[in-house]
Amino acid sequence: MAMKIEADRSRFKKIVRGKIRENLRKYITHEEMIGRKGKDLVSIPVPKLDLPHFRFGNNGAGGVGQGDGEIGDPIAGGDDDGNGPGQAGSDPGAHILEVDITLAELAEILGDTLELPRIEPKGKARIVQEKSRYSSIRSTGPESLRHFKRTYKKALRRQISSGTYDPARPRIIPFREDRQYRSWTTVNVPEANAAIIYMMDVSGSMTDEQKEVVRTESFWIDTWLKSQYDGVECRYIIHDAAAKEVDEHTFYHTRESGGTRISSAYRVAASLIEKELRPEEWNIYFFQFSDGDNWGEDSEDSISLLRDKLLPAANLFCYGQVESPYGSGEYISSLETAFGDEHENLILSEIEDKDAIYDSIKKFLGKGI
Amino acid sequence: MACAKFDPLPPELADIQVRMEGYARGHGLDFFPTIFEVVDADELNAIAAYGGFPTRYPHWRFGMEYEQLSKGYVYGLQKIYELVINNDPCYAYLMRCNGLTDQKLVMAHVYGHSDFFKNNHWFSKTNRKMMDQIANHGNRIRRYVDRFGREEVEDFIDSCLSVEDLIDIHSPFIKRTDDENDHKYDFSADDEPEDFSPGRFKAKDYMDRYVNPPDVLKMEEQRLREAAEQRERSPDGPVRDVMLFLLEHAPLKTWQRDVLSIIREEAYYFAPQGQTKIMNEGWASYWHSTIMTRQGLDPADVIHYCDHHSGTMATSRTKLNPYKLGIELFRHIEDRWNKGRFGKDFEECDDLVAKHEWDTGAGLGREKIFEIRRIHNDLTFIDTFLTLEFCREQKLFQFGYNNDFEYYEIESREFPKIKAQLLDNLTNRGQPHIAVREGNYKNRGELFLEHHYNGVELKLDYARDTMTNLQKLWGRPVHVETVLDDKLTILSFDGTEHSSSQSEAEVEEEVTSF
Repeated sequence: MAMKIEADRSRFKKIVRGKIRENLRKYITHEEMIGRKGKDLVSIPVPKLDLPHFRFGNNGAGGVGQGDGEIGDPIAGGDDDGNGPGQAGSDPGAHILEVDITLAELAEILGDTLELPRIEPKGKARIVQEKSRYSSIRSTGPESLRHFKRTYKKALRRQISSGTYDPARPRIIPFREDRQYRSWTTVNVPEANAAIIYMMDVSGSMTDEQKEVVRTESFWIDTWLKSQYDGVECRYIIHDAAAKEVDEHTFYHTRESGGTRISSAYRVAASLIEKELRPEEWNIYFFQFSDGDNWGEDSEDSISLLRDKLLPAANLFCYGQVESPYGSGEYISSLETAFGDEHENLILSEIEDKDAIYDSIKKFLGKGI
Repeated sequence: MACAKFDPLPPELADIQVRMEGYARGHGLDFFPTIFEVVDADELNAIAAYGGFPTRYPHWRFGMEYEQLSKGYVYGLQKIYELVINNDPCYAYLMRCNGLTDQKLVMAHVYGHSDFFKNNHWFSKTNRKMMDQIANHGNRIRRYVDRFGREEVEDFIDSCLSVEDLIDIHSPFIKRTDDENDHKYDFSADDEPEDFSPGRFKAKDYMDRYVNPPDVLKMEEQRLREAAEQRERSPDGPVRDVMLFLLEHAPLKTWQRDVLSIIREEAYYFAPQGQTKIMNEGWASYWHSTIMTRQGLDPADVIHYCDHHSGTMATSRTKLNPYKLGIELFRHIEDRWNKGRFGKDFEECDDLVAKHEWDTGAGLGREKIFEIRRIHNDLTFIDTFLTLEFCREQKLFQFGYNNDFEYYEIESREFPKIKAQLLDNLTNRGQPHIAVREGNYKNRGELFLEHHYNGVELKLDYARDTMTNLQKLWGRPVHVETVLDDKLTILSFDGTEHSSSQSEAEVEEEVTSF
């Protein structure tokens, strides 16, 4: 039976997407509006999906509730987000709908809006891994997996219907047949076959504001690449005059000082792809963020490393230069002079401020490689 | 869904229906023939999204409802047990995956609703063939969609829905004109068009064009014609049924007028359900509880029944549960009338102990609640029967918004305040009272609405957006007179810009007395 409701539903979804499309710039630059919930859910408040009516404002809002509590006890937070108390007798009146969007959907929207092409992965055998999920119930199993509540309820029901339940002495004794156990199903989870290597300059000239730009941009890049590959491996490298590989948290939160030697980061990256992320097996993406300040003679070193080691291995090498009040910002022009249009997979972009992130992402991912 | 074929009820459910119907009749419930249909969760969510009518017109908000319902269902947050339609015959949907205990309970509950639909006075003017009517509406709107395009029709529906609550819920019960002329078409009006010819001075033929100059006559005729239009567009008193006023006077295309009239008709059909939520759910719960605990339950059902029933009756500190409030108030009233705790003697008794133990053995409880379900709506129900004892028993409190801390807090447990608040929330279905004052404001064909201010301001952003939609319907500028910051304010929208003008005079707050 073809359900009419599907037509209305997709209509609604399109409208929601339209709303997001309109506001996408805003989301990208104010990522605090997006939270990763649970594993891959993100909730975006989409205002004004209900049609406007004449309604009362907040200054007289109030109602009647039921339960314990002293006068003056707070009972609910007050912002106008529809979580406020409802009124008896009126329709359930949520004023703003929270639309849950999975990251996959979000990526699709991002892709649509930026007109990002689908990525053609380098053909590699995918490794599939088996995983267990505890999501069902059966009547046999080890005691350690016994589902107490279900067992109890079943025993209680049996005792009541067989007349052995005594309300004065409510003792429930489960039989063998009453027992219920949690059980698992096996699902296949594909192994990661894309890797993103982020490199960031954390020298004294990078301020918190610039790290925020990097962080926001990385989130969207992550989202997009994850929608294109079944699993994505992320690696993080920070550098000043020396470089090291770090975890995600450190990557975003470290602030070091000192000079800048970009070649050090390239060396760490090169050893990473040599030892762990072999280009034959991985689609590798490099994203490098810096304020463009490098020690004079190091640029030459960096460029040759990039040319010999990194670019041949990479699907894409993106260099994003954030504007800094301290740095000279020369590196990007060095790269331009050195490479020109020689390499299709090298993309350079200057990010002036938060608002420029949108265009930068489009530039980075617009080629579909 | 229009093509959906429903299987006949499986035998075990058909047996239960026969039993439940017998019990319900035995208690004196009087209902429409009731047809149960078993559907899957998906279908039930879809039907619920359409407000119970699978053949409803297409619109994205039903998709939105469905999205919410099915997400809630998938994540295990909510589940619809029953859906019942005010229609003759009465249709009720059962969820296929529910256990037999649930189905029993739901059937008992449905007979309560069906009895309420049939007997409650506020439902008496609703269309009992709404199933057919809504299908008809659906077809008409689908036809417009085919002809004029989905965007165009949907956009217009959105504008109409913005004002769908601006109806006069009491109008079905009021005769505003004499019966004789009410529904009859007045042929004479068409045969003899209104006479706009201006008065002429008596004059000889050759003097006529000087005594009655033609251009002056023409102007005079024009003036009369405009005056007549003005009369028509300026109602005698405020008109609550804004939708009707728009239908009659807004410059709409024929299909638009039809769509507006469909939305208005459906709004009137659904209005009594909003007006009697507490009573309706309370009454149905009272009967499922009575029938199940006295007759319906088999021993194996007990646990599950209790689990389900108590889940339905769960209370919350921020939202009154209409099921709970309704069933408890019906029981409270039944108990009072059974013990004769009413009337002059009881009210005037000062002895608390005597009052507490008062029992004349009157035994009028059942009779009383049947009478109540016939004549009351939520507003009058609460107004008449909410008592101090009941509020204490049910731990009711009144809460309000604390502007300093930006949260809702418990303000009072005093009976008068609780009752006033509850009545406030129920009056006009908890919505501002808006009416048309004039359709030719400033003699420029502009629409002028008034908001009866009673201490609570309009939500301004919503009001502005509603006016944008109103302007789309009306075609000329629209105005709403309301009160902001204690000052009389006129909000205006001219099609491109919102503006407001405020008078300096302070407005005395109208005191509503209970």
